[in-house]
Amino acid sequence: MNKVVKNASEAILGMQNGQTFMLGGFGLCGIPENTINALVDLGLTDLTCISNNAGVDDFGLGLLLKKHQIKKMISSYVGENKEFERQMLSGELDVDLVPQGTLAERIRAGGAGIPAFYVPAGYGTEVGEGKESREFNGKMHLLEHGLTADYAVVKAWKGDTSGNLIYRETANNFNQPMAMAGKITIAEVEELVPVGELNPNEIHTPGIFVQRIFQGTDYEKRIEFETVQE
Amino acid sequence: MSLDKNGIAKRIAQELKDGYYVNLGIGIPTLVANYVPNDIDVVLQSENGLLGIGPFPKKGEADPDLINAGKQTVTTIPGSAFFDSSLSFAMIRGGHVDLTVLGAFEVSNKGDISSWKIPGKMVKGMGGAMDLVAAAKNIIVATTHTDRNGNPKLKTSCELPLTGVSCVKKIVSDLAVIEVTENGFKLLERAPGVSVEEIIEKTGAPLIIEGDIPEMSV
Repeated sequence: MNKVVKNASEAILGMQNGQTFMLGGFGLCGIPENTINALVDLGLTDLTCISNNAGVDDFGLGLLLKKHQIKKMISSYVGENKEFERQMLSGELDVDLVPQGTLAERIRAGGAGIPAFYVPAGYGTEVGEGKESREFNGKMHLLEHGLTADYAVVKAWKGDTSGNLIYRETANNFNQPMAMAGKITIAEVEELVPVGELNPNEIHTPGIFVQRIFQGTDYEKRIEFETVQE
Repeated sequence: MSLDKNGIAKRIAQELKDGYYVNLGIGIPTLVANYVPNDIDVVLQSENGLLGIGPFPKKGEADPDLINAGKQTVTTIPGSAFFDSSLSFAMIRGGHVDLTVLGAFEVSNKGDISSWKIPGKMVKGMGGAMDLVAAAKNIIVATTHTDRNGNPKLKTSCELPLTGVSCVKKIVSDLAVIEVTENGFKLLERAPGVSVEEIIEKTGAPLIIEGDIPEMSV
């Protein structure tokens, strides 16, 4: 099954204003750089973005924020982006902050066909306000719902033409669960190989979850906090 | 004399046991990694998807695909493993992580913790802190005893938005080691040269004090 598209512009064909997107990555690590840049060029607006972070002011999702393309963010930590903070405090941007593990599990569950589940995180805090709670094994839990998206956009290290994916090091993060949760999942990879070249033992995301795949170019892979031994 | 950040980290390192899997938060907790005793085997977990955090890379060897939860470049150690975010929090939520060390704005004498939000001032998000405090078997808070203005951070109740309820087991501050018991804060140790009176004065909740309180050995 050949799922290859030419590039990011072709991968995002059909996307519309107001749709919901999942974008993989943790900080700037493992973000789908090519597709984000194509989304900025396309100029879609009123987007809901599900992403653990919101990039930095001049890279990653920060670029979409700067152009006011995002209406709502669902994230766990947004500390590295001043424009984000400004839009949130001024009310221009709707923000739903979700505990990181709950966010990851909501995405995994969404992709796995699990509509809701219970977790202890956030019980007794403002995260639990208005949510159904229930005691299991003497401990209180909150009901959380699975998440899906119109498009999930992930970045992998290697992929084959049928959409099998392998992530590298900690650039896996949210990419693997998100790949399962898109009605259409777009994968951009550093290296695209013919079917049969990837070792089936090493595949993280089986191709069944992926609808479009392309080899990205010019990866900047910016480091947020380069820390070295003194 | 009160302890500096490294002193707090050194004292917390004494809580580590052979075979522990440990998640260290950002700030003072990260420093604990520098004081893991040589004779025990401790594996550090990073919630962005790494078990077995190695030292920071040498200059020129930083890898953008290899970071810790504070988004700093790190390395691996023999035996390290990578995984996705949902599996990472399965480790945490499932109780497989033995100890979590994190910072705090406030801790109450019931073990409640506030660490993620100052309304109107700082709204960056909770990251993985809520998942960690809700699930870890043992939670130690690393903090200064008072805030920048000298106000107690250990109190009868937290005023800032909570990260979790009834979860903190122990607090290691620049002045004292305090256990959170069913009956409130219990003073276990004091920093070298710090008097019990000073600790009482700078704590915003009653302290249970039994017998002579020993000095920490750091």
